[in-house]
Amino acid sequence: MGYKGSSENFLNKSDVSIGDTVLIEKNDVSYEGILLDRSEDADDGCIVLKLDSGYNIGVNINNATIGLIEKGDKPKISYKPVNIEYDDKKLDISIISTGGTVSSIIDYKTGAVHPVFTAEDLLRSNPELLDLANIDVKALYNILSENMKPEYWVNSAKSIADEVTSGADGVVVAHGTDTMHFTSAALSFMIKSPVPIVVTGAQRSSDRPSSDAHLNLINSVGAAKSEIAEVTVCMHSTLNDDYCDLHRGTKVRKMHTSRRDTFRSIDFEPLANVKEGKVSYLLNDFKKRNQEDLVLNNKIEEKVAIVKTYPGISSEIINYHIDKGYKGLLIEGTGLGHLPENLLDSIKRANQEEIAIVMTSQCIYGRVNMNVYSTGRKLLNAGIISGKDMIPEVAFVKLAWALGQSSNIEEVKNIIQTNLAGELNEKSSTKYFLN
Amino acid sequence: MNWDDIGLKMGLEIHQQLNTKSKLFCPCPTELNDDIIDLDIKRKLRPTQSELGQIDRAAFAESKRKLNFNYQNFNYKTCLVESDDEPPHGLNEEALDLSITIASLLNMKIIDEVHTMRKQVIDGSNTGGFQRTSLIATDGFIDTPAGRVVIENLCLEEDAARRINKTNVSKKQSKNTSKNKKDFNDNNDFTTFRLDRLGIPLVEITTDPSIHHPDQIKEVAYILGQILRSTNVKRGQGTIRQDLNISIAKGSRVELKGVQNLDLIPEMAKLEVDRQQNLIKIQEELMSRGAVVEEEIHDLTEIFKNSPSKIIQSAKTVKGIVLKGFNGLIGLEIQKNRRFGTELATYAKKTGVSGIFHTDELPAYGIESDETEAMKKHLNIGENDAIVIVAHDRDVATSALEEVILRSKMAFDGVPEETRKALEDGTSEYMRPLPTQNRMYLETDIQLFKINEERIKVISSYLPELPNEKKERIIKQYSLSEDIANQIVRRGYTEDFEKIISGIQVDSITLGSFFAYSIQELKREGLNLDLIELELITNVFNLLKDNKISKDSIYEIIKEIIIRLDEKSKNHNVNDKNNDKNQDIDPEIVAQNLGLILISDDDVKDIILFVVEKNAKMIEERKMAALGPLMGMAMKELKGKADGKIVNQLLKDEIEKRV
Repeated sequence: MGYKGSSENFLNKSDVSIGDTVLIEKNDVSYEGILLDRSEDADDGCIVLKLDSGYNIGVNINNATIGLIEKGDKPKISYKPVNIEYDDKKLDISIISTGGTVSSIIDYKTGAVHPVFTAEDLLRSNPELLDLANIDVKALYNILSENMKPEYWVNSAKSIADEVTSGADGVVVAHGTDTMHFTSAALSFMIKSPVPIVVTGAQRSSDRPSSDAHLNLINSVGAAKSEIAEVTVCMHSTLNDDYCDLHRGTKVRKMHTSRRDTFRSIDFEPLANVKEGKVSYLLNDFKKRNQEDLVLNNKIEEKVAIVKTYPGISSEIINYHIDKGYKGLLIEGTGLGHLPENLLDSIKRANQEEIAIVMTSQCIYGRVNMNVYSTGRKLLNAGIISGKDMIPEVAFVKLAWALGQSSNIEEVKNIIQTNLAGELNEKSSTKYFLN
Repeated sequence: MNWDDIGLKMGLEIHQQLNTKSKLFCPCPTELNDDIIDLDIKRKLRPTQSELGQIDRAAFAESKRKLNFNYQNFNYKTCLVESDDEPPHGLNEEALDLSITIASLLNMKIIDEVHTMRKQVIDGSNTGGFQRTSLIATDGFIDTPAGRVVIENLCLEEDAARRINKTNVSKKQSKNTSKNKKDFNDNNDFTTFRLDRLGIPLVEITTDPSIHHPDQIKEVAYILGQILRSTNVKRGQGTIRQDLNISIAKGSRVELKGVQNLDLIPEMAKLEVDRQQNLIKIQEELMSRGAVVEEEIHDLTEIFKNSPSKIIQSAKTVKGIVLKGFNGLIGLEIQKNRRFGTELATYAKKTGVSGIFHTDELPAYGIESDETEAMKKHLNIGENDAIVIVAHDRDVATSALEEVILRSKMAFDGVPEETRKALEDGTSEYMRPLPTQNRMYLETDIQLFKINEERIKVISSYLPELPNEKKERIIKQYSLSEDIANQIVRRGYTEDFEKIISGIQVDSITLGSFFAYSIQELKREGLNLDLIELELITNVFNLLKDNKISKDSIYEIIKEIIIRLDEKSKNHNVNDKNNDKNQDIDPEIVAQNLGLILISDDDVKDIILFVVEKNAKMIEERKMAALGPLMGMAMKELKGKADGKIVNQLLKDEIEKRV
């Protein structure tokens, strides 16, 4: 159990365990209720009771006695099994769960929202998904997205490819929102797919009635049935529970810590809207279903870092990465793509040591152009590669992937500056800002 | 009715808004707002499992209605926390301290550690689909004239969003862009809430169900109200709400929500007892008849194909069920103007139908007797049996009848546990099943909050004075009568009374009876006391202190001031240029206008001397016996503008000098 130290002793001595109905008496008050678990780390002499009224309270065990009233089972969360019948008129959609809020529920051990659902539970709590397609579910990971690592992209890409090989007409990836756009970018570079790959998540956990998980999942399955055979992100378009935007996986970013409509297309527009599982196409310029054969190329170089410049930055930061053996550095420069002059020597040094350095802008929106000011030209001469209009996170993922393809810096530069998955646009439309 | 014989048990639940600076979990103001709406957000809710692995039955009933919600937001008066787009901020400690204060006044035991819970409420009144609430204290009591009442729980919770009825909305919406207006008209099935009230802290105080007499519950509600008002709580309409829990021995617990008028409680109790007793009678009758609720839902569309009934004609299908042994019971009145059929209908209405028909009332509503007979024959029912029909779309009709089947089966258990809406005539209407403990699960976005003993000690050493203590104190301190003191405290004028009396030396009983009685009298005359500020009242009493007016004129002067203030406020809009507007409400000027200024002591003496001189002969003849007639003459001369006692004394002195 989660109780430690004095509370653990207190409970053991009285031979009560979690789930039992107990009576606690102290001073001039007594409480009867079901003993619940508590944070695993806490040893603060408090135990948690759920009273008959439904309220939880913490009771300090100082001067308290506890008595067993009735043995009980540890509370469990479970859904009735869903009766899944195969319908050969419907498309086959695979849902791969990696964890995150979309597939999370309360963990009584820590009292925090945790990804403890399996992908199947996801389906059980959203049985309407079965109206849209034959759903196959796989729980690949059970992690919060801040714990995502490049090796998980590699494995996710492999699992998705396996699903496509086994005949899935579309794949939905349930993912935490924090690093969702890193993953969508990684999958974009790693897989050429004949079917849609839709990444989705939720900003409000599934255990609350207002969760956005349901709408996002329904629409993601709709998007996975569509003609858009690209990696996309499908999330709430507005604050309303109305429809979702379908964003290109290399042109999307989490822009708000908590709002439902946090994901926005950057330097681009959504490809489509999805409402009640039905797709309305907004653009026509996308890879169509069955246009390409399945190709999996998930080699990646993990020794890549992001450095964001700031007033007063020291060249030590760059030198540190060189000394530690990093193969690539993604710079979030200022404005059009600048670094202070005092970093020039360390950039030159990195270039000499065959470390690829790619420049993007911390403005997030817009294109870097290092020809406008002298600092930019000096940086180009020092061997820095322009990331053009790529979002820093996308350029970071692309750099890691490019270094997985080649260690030759010219080849890496060539990959970085070639449009592979819609990450680079030649044209900057007036509509691409804050939309 | 003998309440003890039927085993009447009642409990009270009071919800009181706290007057804190900000909301319970965000920094927004705690005031309602009628400005133009800045943003509408449209949402849906789904019930979820609680931590004990069950879906709550009340939440489930709500979800069946599949409602869509429209939330009205303000750019600056509400924030992302209310719209469920940002996690709650930390617990408002001002609200916590205030609830500890109230708990202490109710002799309650404060719990060691507060766990904020989510109470599932998916009727849309909370954007998250749950109300945040935490148990702060248990096990207290208050003493009432009819004995001690146990206060079971005190919870600190967030108020719900304010429901806006549709006519209000369309007016507001018309000021918005035409696009929004179109959206709204396209979606008639949206229930609209305004987020201004959501998150205002409130305490919920629950008594145990040991109150046996309706009059006592009124008294308990009153005393609790007084205690609450001695702390920093909101005042005015809608800031306090009462629910009544009620059961009789053979019945079940029923919660009557939203009791507006405390005076109505005895009538409500009686009507609920009627209802429970009649439901028990129906239960017994069904048992003795061997009644059965048949589960089959029959399609009767064909039978009503040519029905002249407009309701039937406008529906796609007609469906019906057979209730064996229910004949005569559906039409039975179980509460003033409410039949058992009304109960069945309110369950059915949750699915979207406007009502049901049953054989106890047919033929009626345009349904002819030959149709009724054809239906009875078609379903082959006996004379003890009844039929309930619903006319609507196929799926809606089916789910409505499923609800009727559900409720009819509950009739075999007598009184179902329900939350009912208290109606203005004292009756009530089914809202949803009573929530279970499954409705609650932990709010994980808020840290557990330990309340240490030090905090409780500090708070309990600064507790406000309770009404009873206050009464006893002012009786002693100002030599007031029990009744005057009682009225002053009860009506909440203690502070005003003490403010005036601490500033000027004025007779405490005169001032006390002004607050105890005169104000009520002025109100009865229809005068708006809110118009007059305490300073003006003080100035009137200053005139009394300076012997410029008699105490009998106070009422008239204040009344005149209020009348003038009222006129002023009405004319205010028309003519705003009256700069010396304070002139005509100055108490002394008002008293002068009314001719109520007393004649000065010197003038009084002069007049008395004049009367005495003029009647010297009478004094000579009648000696002290002349006092009576001369008093009359003097008062006539003074036109009542002098205190009779003083006149009498002066006159007596003057006569004595001469005899």
